[in-house]
Amino acid sequence: MTSLSPPKDKIWWNEPIEKAELIWITIVFLWGLVMSFMMPFWHVVGDQNMSTLTYKTTPEKFMQKTQAFVDEYTVRMDDGPRQYPVVKPPPGGDVYLVARLWDYWPVVELKKGESYRFHLSSLDWQHGFSLQPANINIQIVPKYEHVVTFTPDQSGDYSVLCNEYCGIGHHMMIGKIIVI
Amino acid sequence: MSEQFRTCPDTGLKLYQSTENLIKANAVAAVVFLLVGGIYGLLVGLTRWPAVHLLPADWFYLSLTAHGINVLIFWLIFFEMAILYFASSVILGSRLAVPKFAWVGFGLMLIGALMNNYIVLTGEASVMMTSYAPMEAHPLFYLSLILFAVGALIGCFVFFGTLVVAKEEKTYEGSVPLVTFGAITAAIIAVFTIISGAIILLPTLAWSLGLIAEVDALMYRLIWWAFGHSSQQINVAAHIAVWYAIASIVFGAKPMSEKVSRMAFFMYILFLQIASAHHLLVDPGVSAEFKMFNTSYAMYLAVMASMVHGLTVPGSIESAQRAKGLNGSLFEWLRRAPWGNPTFSGMFLSLVGFGFLGGISGVTMGAEQINILIHNTVYVPGHFHATVVLGTTLSFMAMTYWLVPVIFRRDLIWKGLASWQPYLFGLGMAGVSLFLMGAGTLGVPRRHWDITFSMTGGEVYEFPAAANTLLALNGLSVALAVAGGAAFCLIIVGSLLFGRKLGPDEQLDTPHMATPPTDAEYEKLDKHGISVPGTLVLALVFFAAFAVYYFINWKYLAETWGIS
Repeated sequence: MTSLSPPKDKIWWNEPIEKAELIWITIVFLWGLVMSFMMPFWHVVGDQNMSTLTYKTTPEKFMQKTQAFVDEYTVRMDDGPRQYPVVKPPPGGDVYLVARLWDYWPVVELKKGESYRFHLSSLDWQHGFSLQPANINIQIVPKYEHVVTFTPDQSGDYSVLCNEYCGIGHHMMIGKIIVI
Repeated sequence: MSEQFRTCPDTGLKLYQSTENLIKANAVAAVVFLLVGGIYGLLVGLTRWPAVHLLPADWFYLSLTAHGINVLIFWLIFFEMAILYFASSVILGSRLAVPKFAWVGFGLMLIGALMNNYIVLTGEASVMMTSYAPMEAHPLFYLSLILFAVGALIGCFVFFGTLVVAKEEKTYEGSVPLVTFGAITAAIIAVFTIISGAIILLPTLAWSLGLIAEVDALMYRLIWWAFGHSSQQINVAAHIAVWYAIASIVFGAKPMSEKVSRMAFFMYILFLQIASAHHLLVDPGVSAEFKMFNTSYAMYLAVMASMVHGLTVPGSIESAQRAKGLNGSLFEWLRRAPWGNPTFSGMFLSLVGFGFLGGISGVTMGAEQINILIHNTVYVPGHFHATVVLGTTLSFMAMTYWLVPVIFRRDLIWKGLASWQPYLFGLGMAGVSLFLMGAGTLGVPRRHWDITFSMTGGEVYEFPAAANTLLALNGLSVALAVAGGAAFCLIIVGSLLFGRKLGPDEQLDTPHMATPPTDAEYEKLDKHGISVPGTLVLALVFFAAFAVYYFINWKYLAETWGIS
């Protein structure tokens, strides 16, 4: 009798279980409970939990909001090659970041240790917000405005890459966040 | 029924002609698409090696699309059709239900696969396998996938029909064998998968034709992944059935206990279906409760099922080896396994690679918050090259070596190369998996042509130098794996064309189906203590590696920005 032939007993349910199997099943079941526990546990004690606050939006509405944000808080033009506005919102305030084919707009300046409510959406296709080197990766879906609160813990220049394939210019998509 | 069959002189299996022809057709188509997809894979790997950077951007994205679809869908599902016909008709010794329908299914799959390759090659469908709306491909792209899926669905129903025929005609006694049970699991998941595919691809096709205005991007992701991820669960169920089959073929092994192995398969059906959630862990609009419950496959019960198979498959081998007298030390049963037989070595490397690299990484990155570090980085392809290539593909290759003499009646050519092939392919693919995971940990994005950002007009991000090194090592590993894959295709195609023909009653020089240990031999084993101490030790090593790696990732997570 092998795994290629019918079980010896028609009612295989009554066969005994081997001790090694029982030990292992117990271990992996408990391990599953530990891993299941870790996620809600981190929601209570951890500082990195993905927000689920989301609004339906449209590209036009989201662009309007971002434009208003840029108009209100721009402090200078970026000295980088694109000369995008550098926008410096008040700590605790809202930040609007547009993802589009193929860049992020505008450049944002944040203060270390302060929290900001980022609003992320796409004007066209899906994109992948990938903040480096902090390595925070969030899906950006058009017509959904995702509100995520970030608290930068180190100052420096950060880049926002796209890690959701978005066509032939995908690798040209890059944005900038400055933490002071 | 008067359909012709023959009895295999090496294995005693009853082979109906229509079944044999269908297995041949599906297996050959599978290997051809593996070859095509593998070539695209080489181009992709060499392009991501920064010092080589082989292809221009448009050809890179085209090749990556074609690579994914050819290997992940066409190679695997054609081969799985062969497995379904084997697990029903051959193992149960039954004629195949309505072989004509099976041929219609095969035809649709072939048309779909060819059409897809054509439209992708024109450059009008470089949308990746996931084809996320609202990025639009040529309508033929969606149509080709739908045709392929309908063909596969027909194959599943022929499989179910064959089970009914076998039961009716009493070709076997009692319950179906474990391997068939595993194949039933795969086929049930396949039906769910294909229906999910239809629910999302039909409206997407209509949208690409201009018939409907819009496909919601988030809904597309939710339902597409019920198709996209579940199709990987077909692979898991199928390759685990192959592990059990090979343990029986090479060692005459029997399941440690039928109940445990069958329940573990059954848990896949119950819990794997909700897998699409772990692709949406950093998506907008999805609640934390939904993410936590579903990404853990309901408290990790399906993960538990895989870990159980990870013990019971080598455990069944250890039992059989010990029953035959290889009872000396903890690992004598393993040391004295036939490591030069590619059917065994391929299967065992598949088991180890799937568990240690694919399993641990997959469950870790599927933790709701840890996914923030990993989503859409090259860590993700690193993970699934361990599950679906090292795991599924390598076990299917191992099975193919065994099938060639049985089904095609040809002796294998180049047996020396064949005995090295699983190591070559396995080592290469383990490298691909590890180095991509390493680069992903550094934040390197997946599906990305140029991480030096040379086309952005001066706005750049400089990755740590290690990222370039890891991608170069990945390129070398790709070359090694492709050499292994090419060796496989050469040996199999060469054997089918030029291998020595075996006469109808001619037996191979070496036994092709091991004689199972007798009940008396099994009786001698220690039934009250631990009968498989070696396997249990290996399992505990696995568990320790898993736990350490899992918590290291929480530590990494704690070090990044606050997110809420």
